[in-house]
Amino acid sequence: MRKRRITLAKVAAAFGYAFLYLPLVIVVVYSFNDSRLNAEWVGFTLNWYRTLFADDDMLVAARNSLVIGLCASAVSTVLGTMAGFAMHRWKTRVLPILVLTPIAIPEILVGVSLLIFFVLLNFTLGLVSVAIAHIAFCIGFVAIVVRARMAGMDESLTEAARDCGATPWQAFRYVTLPLIMPGVIAGALMAFTLSIDDFVITFFTAGAGTVTLPLQIYSMIKIAVTPEVNAVSTLLMLLTLLLIVIASRLSPSLLRSQESTP
Amino acid sequence: MPLLELRQVTRRFGDFTAVDHVDLAIDAGEFFTLLGPSGCGKTTLLRMIAGFEQPDEGQVLLDGVDLADSPPEARPVRTVFQSYALFPHMSVEGNVAFPLQMAKTPAREIPKRVAEALEDVRLTGFGRRYPHELSGGQRQRVAIARALVTHPTMLLLDEPLAALDAKLREEMQIELINLQKQAGITFVYVTHDQTEALALSHRIAVMNRGNVEQVDEPSKVYRFPKSRFVADFIGQCNLFSGTVAARDGGIVSIAVDALGTVRVATPSTIAPGTRASIALRPEQIRIGASQGDTASDNRFRGTVSDLLYMGDVTVYRVRTDGGAEVEALLANSQTGRAKFFEPGDAVEMDWPAAAGHFIED
Ligand SMILES: Nc1ncnc2c1ncn2[C@@H]1O[C@H](COP(=O)(O)OP(=O)(O)O)[C@@H](O)[C@H]1O
Ligand SMILES: [Mg+2]
Repeated sequence: MRKRRITLAKVAAAFGYAFLYLPLVIVVVYSFNDSRLNAEWVGFTLNWYRTLFADDDMLVAARNSLVIGLCASAVSTVLGTMAGFAMHRWKTRVLPILVLTPIAIPEILVGVSLLIFFVLLNFTLGLVSVAIAHIAFCIGFVAIVVRARMAGMDESLTEAARDCGATPWQAFRYVTLPLIMPGVIAGALMAFTLSIDDFVITFFTAGAGTVTLPLQIYSMIKIAVTPEVNAVSTLLMLLTLLLIVIASRLSPSLLRSQESTP
Repeated sequence: MPLLELRQVTRRFGDFTAVDHVDLAIDAGEFFTLLGPSGCGKTTLLRMIAGFEQPDEGQVLLDGVDLADSPPEARPVRTVFQSYALFPHMSVEGNVAFPLQMAKTPAREIPKRVAEALEDVRLTGFGRRYPHELSGGQRQRVAIARALVTHPTMLLLDEPLAALDAKLREEMQIELINLQKQAGITFVYVTHDQTEALALSHRIAVMNRGNVEQVDEPSKVYRFPKSRFVADFIGQCNLFSGTVAARDGGIVSIAVDALGTVRVATPSTIAPGTRASIALRPEQIRIGASQGDTASDNRFRGTVSDLLYMGDVTVYRVRTDGGAEVEALLANSQTGRAKFFEPGDAVEMDWPAAAGHFIED
């Protein structure tokens, strides 16, 4: 009985993972398929990647995504680290709620409200508004990772630094920051992937002229799912995967979300 | 003027008073120990001296200057934390150099100062290692080197040896005494271990529930405890309490329940009828099969009920004919004998009036 339940669980898990990953595998496979149609396998080719790198619209979109991603991750890392530090230092209930709520709110609401916000302020929609929007939703994620890292730190180390003559800022700069650095870097990478991948919030805050990779893919798909879309999706997937692997290496608790706050 | 002075220092956590109107004066060059059971407020008191906690009432004065507005980094006081609190991302050298860097010591002077500090704690050659590559005792030494490298006026040590095993602890105790003498720095040392306090200190403050019960030299604290708590906490002690029956030329007779009349020498002018106690150390009692016919201030017969063999000495618990429990101690120094009595043996105990210590309740 016991044994059968274990096998059942395994089969269920296998189906679950297949459901998750099979579509991704199909996209990757078709990106190398020597056919305009996503139907039968014809033969291996790198043509779609060549088309991709010759497509000016796509390159502009990629550049925009990169610029926004770098800005968003840089700024949200600084602000998120500060927020994480504050959550750790002043253990009130209010701070975590303030920082974490934006993560739980449906993205479409965040998108719409940011759009209204920008319009109210008469802010021109474009690269800057998208970057600001991304910063806003990345802060919470960075803050969680940084706080988890701080929770694992010996409290007396900061006191020892002060005892050795460091001002609060020096204690943070020379002791706290180096010790939470893996968490900060993991947070930065996470922010970057979140920004690169984001569609919904970007859609609302980009305005007419500005295009990012996910927006570009969407507009191409409206006509047909071309192998070129498969190719760019594959590259995006690869980049995301790489960053996630690096981030999880630096902050193992990320993968064990249950235990991340000891 | 004392180097450090605490005046009516009080610290509360909610309704709980962790440190309760403490007055202390510590002189320059002293090895001063705060001794008391766990939870009596030793760490809290130390943290107020270091500046990590603010007193709710009272003042902390260093060289006569109130420290209320000085943050920890501005106080010429260093702490050796119980957890060592070495910076894990810095090497031993990095750790020891850190206070020098914070004090803006010229960069070319730093390596020399670090080397000297490491030499003082006998860790020359360990500079490149990281804290996780060191044993507990070595980490302890790094923590001390880091604390001493800037030559502070005062070192605060919070149970620094508690995590070490007995053998290493004894070694470190001797090293601490030598370091303190050599550096001439005032030590304020926290421990719950009375033997450690007796062995290390010039003076001991015995704490109980946030209060200082007695401040004295180790031998005085041991020999003349001011309260029942101090007598009981420092070493083994028989505590007899009863009613004062008579006072006659420096000798007070107390009627102790189940034991009988016990005579104790004291200058106290206590009135008969008052409750009082006598503290009597087990090693002050003569114990034998029979003490002969010589006159004695205090003599009681009893039966050995238990014994505790400790190697160098044996503690005998004797039940007197009246039903009182008395602990007496004999050194096992006589060759060829492990112990003198067995449970059930009839014995006679005897001590002069000057052996006990009178405590007013
Ligand atoms: N930050 C704090 N909040 C609440 N209670 C505390 C705090 N720090 C210490 N206490 C309480 O104060 C008492 C004394 O603590 P402490 O000074 O650490 O004692 P000791 O060092 O003598 O063992 C303990 O009962 C402890 O629970
Ligand atoms: Mg303590």
